[in-house]
Amino acid sequence: MPQMSMIEAIRDAMDVKMAEDDNVVVFGEDVGYFGGVFRCTHGLQDKYGKNRVFDSPINESGIVGAAIGMAAYGLRPCVEIQFADYIYPAYDQIVSEAARLRYRSGEQFTAPITIRTPVGGGIFGGQTHSQSPESLFTHVAGVKSVIPSNPYDAKGLLIAAMEDPDPVIVFEPKRLYNGPFDGHHDRPASNWSKHPLGDVPEGHYTVEIGKASTFREGKAVTILTYGTMVYVAEAAVKETGIDAEIIDLRSLLPLDVDAIVESVKKTGRCMVLHEATQTSGFGAELAAQVQERCFYHLESPVVRVAGYDTPYPHAQEWDYFPGPARVGRELKAMMEAV
Amino acid sequence: MSDYEPLKFYVPEPTGRPGDEPDFTKLIIPDAGSARKPAIDCRPQEIKDLATTIIRVMNRDGEAVGPWAEGIDDDVLLDGLKAMIRTRAFDERMMTLQRQGKTSFYMKCTGEEAIAIAHKLAQTKGDMNFPTYRQQGLLLATDYPMEDMINQILSNEKDPLKGRQLPILYSARSHDYFTVSGNLGTQFIHAVGWAMASAIKGDTKIASAWIGDGSTAENDFHSALVNASVYKPPVVFNIVNNQWAISSFRGIAGGDEATFAERAHGYDIPSLRVDGNDFLAVYAVSRWAIERARRGFGPVLIEWVTYRVAPHSTSDDPSKYRPKEESTAWPLGDPILRLKNHLIARGLWSEERHAQAESEYDEEVRVATKEAESHGVMGAGSSPKDMFEAVFEELPPHLREQRQKMGV
Ligand SMILES: Cc1ncc(C[n+]2csc(CCOP(=O)(O)OP(=O)(O)O)c2C)c(N)n1
Ligand SMILES: [Mg+2]
Repeated sequence: MPQMSMIEAIRDAMDVKMAEDDNVVVFGEDVGYFGGVFRCTHGLQDKYGKNRVFDSPINESGIVGAAIGMAAYGLRPCVEIQFADYIYPAYDQIVSEAARLRYRSGEQFTAPITIRTPVGGGIFGGQTHSQSPESLFTHVAGVKSVIPSNPYDAKGLLIAAMEDPDPVIVFEPKRLYNGPFDGHHDRPASNWSKHPLGDVPEGHYTVEIGKASTFREGKAVTILTYGTMVYVAEAAVKETGIDAEIIDLRSLLPLDVDAIVESVKKTGRCMVLHEATQTSGFGAELAAQVQERCFYHLESPVVRVAGYDTPYPHAQEWDYFPGPARVGRELKAMMEAV
Repeated sequence: MSDYEPLKFYVPEPTGRPGDEPDFTKLIIPDAGSARKPAIDCRPQEIKDLATTIIRVMNRDGEAVGPWAEGIDDDVLLDGLKAMIRTRAFDERMMTLQRQGKTSFYMKCTGEEAIAIAHKLAQTKGDMNFPTYRQQGLLLATDYPMEDMINQILSNEKDPLKGRQLPILYSARSHDYFTVSGNLGTQFIHAVGWAMASAIKGDTKIASAWIGDGSTAENDFHSALVNASVYKPPVVFNIVNNQWAISSFRGIAGGDEATFAERAHGYDIPSLRVDGNDFLAVYAVSRWAIERARRGFGPVLIEWVTYRVAPHSTSDDPSKYRPKEESTAWPLGDPILRLKNHLIARGLWSEERHAQAESEYDEEVRVATKEAESHGVMGAGSSPKDMFEAVFEELPPHLREQRQKMGV
């Protein structure tokens, strides 16, 4: 099976869909000739031409707004917002338009668009290259949000997103583009070529939107997480020796509630873990779901480990980032709680 | 049967990509001195021609010619030349620091130095700039401590922004330099608001807004123009058209067939298009625009025509998307060289003084860098405590709790 980085897997997903479906178009800032600042669209313009792969003006609301118009016409746009930190100018188009076109038009008009955007920290990128704004979108009715943590899922979820009849945002953890990252920034970076999840089948396959995966089975506690934090959780588990079950949610909306409930009922404890700021973060939704559905199975309170409620700092990145030490500490404290 | 041909989708392309010869034949360069200088209170419609020409002052022989050449002090030119040399020396050294792993990131303004510096010299204390990341000249033309700029770049214990902000996104209120945002274009409308405030309060301060050619595509650019059109506040809009926005040429911002300056016309804002590598032209037009705004005749838009000689940033490699020799083929030359030749021709400067100034500024930057490095590099010396401060004026309970839990 071919080995791919997450970048290659994402590119391959677009390649597969473009070859299959003439209606697929790809655009965004620097994505055409250059192939994107992270190279995710590299070579696609050469292969499919400027009619289908092209550069956009630096105007995020225009990128999403134009995609909506095209999608309503019948195309299948897959657009890139260069960093999730720059998605806010497009917020109105996503929230008021893409998410509601179907509902308000009696389903005469729909917006089957895919918005790809790199998220998360760990690259020393300061407040405008590090944010995790997923909960600003999961709060919106009418738009789906997915977040892969490895090349296999990235390709499968992106193809699923591109085939979905509704708007889907694909948050791509940029720190995972080239390899898994467990939060130990001072250790040598690893890459996907040595990782089983870097095995990516050729051709078409999908990972169903709305289905979590059990990244690690365990009995002591359930860790609900996604993106880069999957590997941070794994490192914390190794370092503490606590037998946690790690659920990689993959899809935030829709959410795989069954998988969550099954795991928490089994372990009786739950930690929710994300990079994004804690207050009103997606972890709040997860904690509420667990409380509602698993209350009588819980042996200790649900614990949230998340980014501090500050803008993403530059120099203090490794104090800010919820790394394995912090996660490990919280895990231990949870296990000690009666 | 329809007699219409199937429509074709149009995507503009630059005149050259890697492997091609640079081609600037599309850039029509009028003679220096040929553009007229309008009255300070002219109506926008009367000067529409100035949005499609290129206002130039220095001719090929380095002489200052035409109506825009008048009344520029020699001292301004000498100060400007020195500030440009200083800025270039600064950029070179900071680039080296990035390669040495002492900072994560840097952006040079090579070839564009005249624009920020001449504009700054035409301003009065209290005139606020709303810069992008490429106007370091606005600070380096002043007495703002160079070491503080480097402390910010190194995110060290003396960083005035306490490690919170990405390198080069300075903030210097004391030097009329608004905090730089990483989100493109947002500052353009802030400048309008600032200028509106000056008018509301009955002051005489103006604001200067800065934006790159690519970023004029952002909604906030258009917000700025429409608000300025309505309220006529004292704001000078500066579009630095350096031909490229990372890998996208100006045409991807709609600036291929129409000029950026022409956009102002629909808003009834006067606009001028200027050779941004001609220090005298930049100074003269800035002075005119600032004076017009301060006299209460409203906003002015200026397109500075220049070229981004440097890579976009330390993360960029332009050989992947533009002809290799394009920057050397740029027909408007180098701003430092042109001003130097002008001053030498007038007997105000010499090769020796130039070489001396270069080594003096190299030395200044070297010493400042050394001092700054002694306070830490690459984030060392920053405090996790500072992360929680300045989110709000007062630390709210939830942040206090988070900070305590962290143990700082
Ligand atoms: C809202 C937003 N979108 C995208 C970016 C990423 N980005 C940073 S600089 C840049 C190019 C800007 O080009 P231009 O405005 O011409 O300025 P120049 O770099 O040439 O000075 C892009 C796309 C950003 N910082 N903010
Ligand atoms: Mg530019």
